[in-house]
This record gives sequence, C-alpha cells and structure tokens, in this order.
Amino acid sequence: MSSAPPVPSLPPAPAARAAAHAEPLVAFRGVSFGYGRRMILEGLDLEVPRGQVVSIMGGSGCGKTTLLRLIGGAVKASSGSVRVAGQAVETLRRDDLYRLRRRMGMLFQFGALFTDLSVFDNVAFPMRERTDLPEPVIRDLVLLKLHAVGLRGAARLMPNELSGGMARRVALARAIALDPELIMYDEPFTGLDPISLAVISNLIRTLNVALGATSIVVTHDVRESMRILDYCYLMAEGRIVARGTPDEILASDQPYARQFFHGGIDGAVPFHYPGADYRTELGLAGHDR
Amino acid sequence: MIDRGLLTVRGAGRSTIDGVLRLGYATRFLWLTLTHSLTCLQRPRLVVREIYFSGVLSLVIVLVSGLFVGMVLALQGYQTLRTYGSESALGVLVALSLLRELGPVISALLFASRAGSAVTAEIGLMKATEQLRAMEMMAVDPVARVIAPRFWAGVLSLPVLSAMFTAIGIYGGYLIGVVLLGVDEGSFWSQMQNSVDFREDVVNGMIKSLVFGVAVAWIAVFEGYDAPPTAEGVSGATTRTVVTSALAILFLDYILTSLMFRGA
Repeated sequence: MSSAPPVPSLPPAPAARAAAHAEPLVAFRGVSFGYGRRMILEGLDLEVPRGQVVSIMGGSGCGKTTLLRLIGGAVKASSGSVRVAGQAVETLRRDDLYRLRRRMGMLFQFGALFTDLSVFDNVAFPMRERTDLPEPVIRDLVLLKLHAVGLRGAARLMPNELSGGMARRVALARAIALDPELIMYDEPFTGLDPISLAVISNLIRTLNVALGATSIVVTHDVRESMRILDYCYLMAEGRIVARGTPDEILASDQPYARQFFHGGIDGAVPFHYPGADYRTELGLAGHDR
Repeated sequence: MIDRGLLTVRGAGRSTIDGVLRLGYATRFLWLTLTHSLTCLQRPRLVVREIYFSGVLSLVIVLVSGLFVGMVLALQGYQTLRTYGSESALGVLVALSLLRELGPVISALLFASRAGSAVTAEIGLMKATEQLRAMEMMAVDPVARVIAPRFWAGVLSLPVLSAMFTAIGIYGGYLIGVVLLGVDEGSFWSQMQNSVDFREDVVNGMIKSLVFGVAVAWIAVFEGYDAPPTAEGVSGATTRTVVTSALAILFLDYILTSLMFRGA
C-alpha cells in the first residue's frame, strides 16, 4: 500500500443518477479496512443507487472482493461506515445482520454450490432454511428460478455433472431464490467460454430488471461488463481511482484507468516487479562499453 | 552455544504458547458448537444423515476388525491359559479385554481414521470452495447447519460402533476358542457371564467410548473448520485429525482407566 500511485481528485458521481432515489442502496463513507497493519481498502467513498448495475473493477488483489464482504457484514470496516438499505452494517447485531442478508443474494466466483446436494436442492436450500413455505410451493419456485436461468431440465443433476457455465447459472438461480433487493456478483465471468460468458452477462442485466433489484458486479473483465453496467468504479491498491458511466470511464485520462481499460503492458502498473538493478544483479555493472 | 540454547528455549516457549492458544481456540469452538446445537434437536434428520455417513459407513471396517481382534485374542489367550490349565477362562479373558480396553480404543482409532478424517476433509473442502461462506451469505449459520450435526453424529455413533466391535470380537473369540480349539462351550459362556460386571465393565467401556467420541468428533470438526482453504491446508488438517485423535484417545484411555479400574 505504501507505494500507491498518486490519486487524482475525482469528479463526484453524477447527481442525476443519485437523484433517482433519495438514498442509495449501498453507500461507503470513508471506509478503510485492513488485516493488522496491512491495509486493503483506504478511505473508500462509493454509492450504488437502487435499480442499477454497478461494476467494481480493478486488478487482482486490489480489494474488490473485500468490498463485497464488507457489504455482507462478513468483515467490519476499520474506520468509516458501510450503509446498506439505510442500515450501518458494522453496528448490526448478528440477528439483524442475518435479517439484512436475507435481502441480499450473492454469486460466488466458482458458484460455491453445495456438492452433496442436487441442482434442485441447491436452489431450494435458502427457501427451506429461511422460509416456512410448503414443499409443493418450494418445488414450483425452484423450477421457476431454474427456468429463468435456462436450467429447469437440469434440476436432478449433481454439481459435479455441470459445466462451469452451468454451475454459475445454478448458483445464480440460488442467489435469486428469495428475490433479493441486492445481488452481488464476485468475478462472474472468470473461466467461462464465450457462450457461457454471454449467457451470464445477459442474465445479470435481465434479472436485475425482472426482479427490480440492484446489482454489484465485481470483475476485471472489461469487455463483457461494459455491455451491461450503468456505472463503474475502478479500484487500484485499495482506492477508487476512476468512476463514471462506461463511456466516461473508457475516455478517462487517469493513467491507471487508461492502462487498465486499454490493456497497456507498462505504465501506472509497471511490467517489472520492483527488484535490484538488472545490470548489477547480473554482475554487468562494471562492464559498460 | 549459549545462543543456541536460548533459541531452543525460545522455540519451545513459542510452541507451548501456540499450543495453548490453539487449545483455547478449539475450546471456544466446542462451546460455539454446543450452543448452536439447538438446530440438531429441532431437525434430527440432519444428525441422522450424518450418522449414516460417519457411523453406518464405518460399520464394515469396525466389524471386520472386531472379528479379527477377537480371534487373535482367543488364539494368544489360549496359548497362555493352557500353560496353567485354565482354558475355560478364555471367555472371560476375551470379554474383559474387549469390553474394558480393546473395544473402545480400537474402534475409536478406526473411527478417527475412517470417519474423522472424512469429516475434516469435507468441512475443509466446503470452506475452500466457499460453500460455508455462501451459507453465511444466505443467513444460514454454518456452525449450526454443518458443524453441530457432524459433531453430534460422531458422539452418538462411536459408542454404538464400539459395542458392535466388542460383540463381534467376542463372537470371534468363540469361533477360535470353542469351534476351532475345542474349549468347552458351557464354561466359555458361563465363566464370562459370572465374571463380567455390567456396571464395572460394560458401563465403564461405554463411558470410555462416549468420551472418545466427543474427542474425535471435536478434533475432526475443528480441524476442518480451521483448515487453510487450500489443497495443502485440507490435506494437512486431515492428517492432523488422525494423529491428534490417536494421541488423544490413548491419553484419555490412560486417564479413564486409572480412574475406573484402580481397585480392580
């Protein structure tokens, strides 16, 4: 963290977007988080307005997934406040936190399906655990959710019989099982073939509209996410370094944003990992000319 | 030389502190498991399912081992007893050895290797593949839903397995002693019946296997839950479950034996 590049002053999020609803569904105010002395996030300010698909982008290890864990209350901010649906997550008691989590759905990077349960039982899991619905109703709901992701016919399969893309779709059906207000996606495009990629990105957009939900997509896949998102935050080394609509952020002249979105090999993120001088290490320092 | 000595002392001190901290952490985890066990009472099917995986699937190895242990005991015992002309006491020797020591201890060691390691690996892999985290995000407590049922399944399964091990071991002793070596069947059973005390031998043996069940189940769920979420981490945790359980069983056996059979 100590070698963080200088962060330019950023334009505020467009007022027009935030004005759609008085209060954003998720709001970070000066949030810092770290393990011991190692800081993962520093002074983060971020808003996710209701009804939008917002993407958090950035390279590996920049703190994107930690951000989702803060929203879900799995970890607590060292300083600052994370508000979800008007509630400060870090102050919630366990029962209240669980009540809030029932309004969220999360798609994990590789699905995180329960390997000892069938596709049907995976999707039924949150309904059986968190509601008192009778089994026939659960059956109908599960089939509806599976139909929404195109996998009604795969209901009896086990997770080890699914391809990566199918597993991700089942996990998505499970994430939306209880019609959440907020759906979080952790690297939903990782390791998918082009067809599965298109299917998942379309589902993210269409489910967001169909459920009237709000989506946060954590990813480093520029091409796929730009097709579906409303607003984007770019993170580097625990900070927001750029933000804007897809057009705005692609046109950003912030050095890291330029390198990230246009795939530069060298730049704000150098090609070479910091180390001793190349010539000195090879013993060539005294052999110039 | 002095520096090396200091380093050794420092290393030993650090290991001790780490060990005590880990034991404290494991104890807090056991407390957490116990306080989250209400789900198991409300939904006994969760425990029954785990009893199938831990207990029923361990039946074959426990029964086969019990049979052979009983047979070996009878063979060895017969040789010794014949020297003193006491072959008729073979039934007593086999029954007491199995009820007091071999039944609880060997079945617990087998249970730790077969079921304990499987529970650790399963929980560790669930952690590594984010299944436990997914459960938490669904507002389902993994300690109540995953850990507690597996813990109670272990605690309940082992005494039953131990009883089965002892029963089939005695039958193995009968096969070798009476059927093969010709010990009188009447004296084999009647001497056993006269010498084995229900409270002193049978109940104490069951108490032992219950204590071993708590220890093995506790170690197995703790190691799984505490495993680093990597392939290496899960394999290390599985190994630790078997090794720690074996040591704990033998240590507890010594303590329990010294308390139970001091005057016997």
